[in-house]
Amino acid sequence: MKTQNQKGWLFVLPVLILVAFNALIPLMTVVNYSVQETFGNNLFFWQGLDWFEQVLRSERFHGALGRQAMFTGIILAVEIPLGVAIALAMPRSGPWVSVCLVLMALPLLIPWNVVGAMWNIFTLPDIGLAGYTLNTVLGIDYDMTQSPFAAWATIITMDVWHWTSLVVLLAYAGIISIPDAYYQAAKIDGASSWAVFRHIQLPKMKRVLTIAVLLRFMDSFNIYTEPFVLTGGGPGNSTTLLSIDLVKTALGQFDLGPAAAMSLIYFAVTLLVSWLFYTIMMRDEE
Amino acid sequence: MKLRALVPIIYILFLMLPIYWLVAMSLKTTNEILGGFSLFPQKWTLESYRTIFTDPSWYWGYINSIAYVSLNTVISLAAALPAAYAFSRYTFLGDKHLFFWLLTNRMAPAAVFALPFFQLYSSVGIFDTYLAVALAHCLFNIPLAVWILEGFMSGVPKELDETAYVDGYSFPAFFIKIFVPTIKAGIGVAAFFCFMFSWVELLLAKTLTAVAAKPIAAVMTKTSSSAGFELGLLAAAGVLTIIPGAIVIYFVRNYIAKGFALGRV
Repeated sequence: MKTQNQKGWLFVLPVLILVAFNALIPLMTVVNYSVQETFGNNLFFWQGLDWFEQVLRSERFHGALGRQAMFTGIILAVEIPLGVAIALAMPRSGPWVSVCLVLMALPLLIPWNVVGAMWNIFTLPDIGLAGYTLNTVLGIDYDMTQSPFAAWATIITMDVWHWTSLVVLLAYAGIISIPDAYYQAAKIDGASSWAVFRHIQLPKMKRVLTIAVLLRFMDSFNIYTEPFVLTGGGPGNSTTLLSIDLVKTALGQFDLGPAAAMSLIYFAVTLLVSWLFYTIMMRDEE
Repeated sequence: MKLRALVPIIYILFLMLPIYWLVAMSLKTTNEILGGFSLFPQKWTLESYRTIFTDPSWYWGYINSIAYVSLNTVISLAAALPAAYAFSRYTFLGDKHLFFWLLTNRMAPAAVFALPFFQLYSSVGIFDTYLAVALAHCLFNIPLAVWILEGFMSGVPKELDETAYVDGYSFPAFFIKIFVPTIKAGIGVAAFFCFMFSWVELLLAKTLTAVAAKPIAAVMTKTSSSAGFELGLLAAAGVLTIIPGAIVIYFVRNYIAKGFALGRV
């Protein structure tokens, strides 16, 4: 049982100060911009909720949001089942476990722009391993600077390459926490391997999988560097995801008001989806 | 049964392919790269690596990155340790809300914060310092560190604390001499994740630095755009960014899987 003790606040104070400094002040700056118009020189005019209305109605925002939702949907649909399948197929003990884990975790530790650059080099149509194989060996016309489909296929393959290991690590952590007795009981009952998965492994993995889905949702929804380095949002606008569009508006065109309004809507969408998912998944616990 | 063993192997091969290509590219001469496709380097050269290790604008990028990543790991852990202790041992007014609010900071898109961060850190006069990047990365690393450490601390029975008080330890002495060594595995895992997320992040690191504290990742983007087609050099720089992560992961390999399993949320 935990002690009721307001001293807890004292312990949390450093974290509170650091995070508040980093989160609240910038957030207030964004809110401030989102309701004002500026022509530079530190001159600001009250604008009310006009920017929000403008962003919510603009087709550009709808397009970026739609592409973002599609991207996040696809990578979740691929990475979560794939990660679970790989985790299930991994050895539970022995010397190979460490080797597998180290090699699998490697992509997670590569700086994001290096991931983009690496995939760029990998997929160059004439001299990249993947690009050359597709174009010359297999005879498939592949050039992601020309075809939106190729660009999409590449950024999704890249994200699967980059992040599936996180799902594997989490799912694996869930699987190895299941006591052997459960499997023995299932064996005595003559349970099929599907039944073992459905009634023993999946429930035990529920918590870590919730974390995996949440982390992948948040991180993929905020993705910027990798697709920016790889495709620059192109060809055309076809891979301009939310963050890329936002940076274009804020730093490229310096439209601070609309960019700030867009930021807040973006943040709110992320929060809402995460909260809904978390609440639904945790409903039957406690 | 054999088929099952193949799954991780195929997956790892898929993971290694682009990495192999990067390493192969870094060992080729520029002429060979531009000359056409070749699966293995025909003429091995370490020229790209030599350039990086002799040119200060390159190797300082690595030093800068390692400096702010280490600083961030230290700050994150120092702040997260007492907070995680409080969450695992005490209930206090608003603790659950505070915990969830901390986690929401991980959801903030870095692109949203880039410009306000630039203004904030310029106005307090620490723009282009290691401290600026290290503090900015606390935004997403502290919540993660608190979460992981809290999981490990909750696994330590409360009797440990009580016995130490009976033995006459003051709280700080108990915390440093007894409690911290007990959860050193958890601290290792938390440090690993702080290192990882600070090391791979570029958008904020690039926004908050100009010259003095410029990270290696930013040096790379600049070189690739200004010097045109120096793929070999870019590849070599990329290979070198993988190495620190690989070293760190080797040390914590037995704990990574455990770290998340124990966390609550």
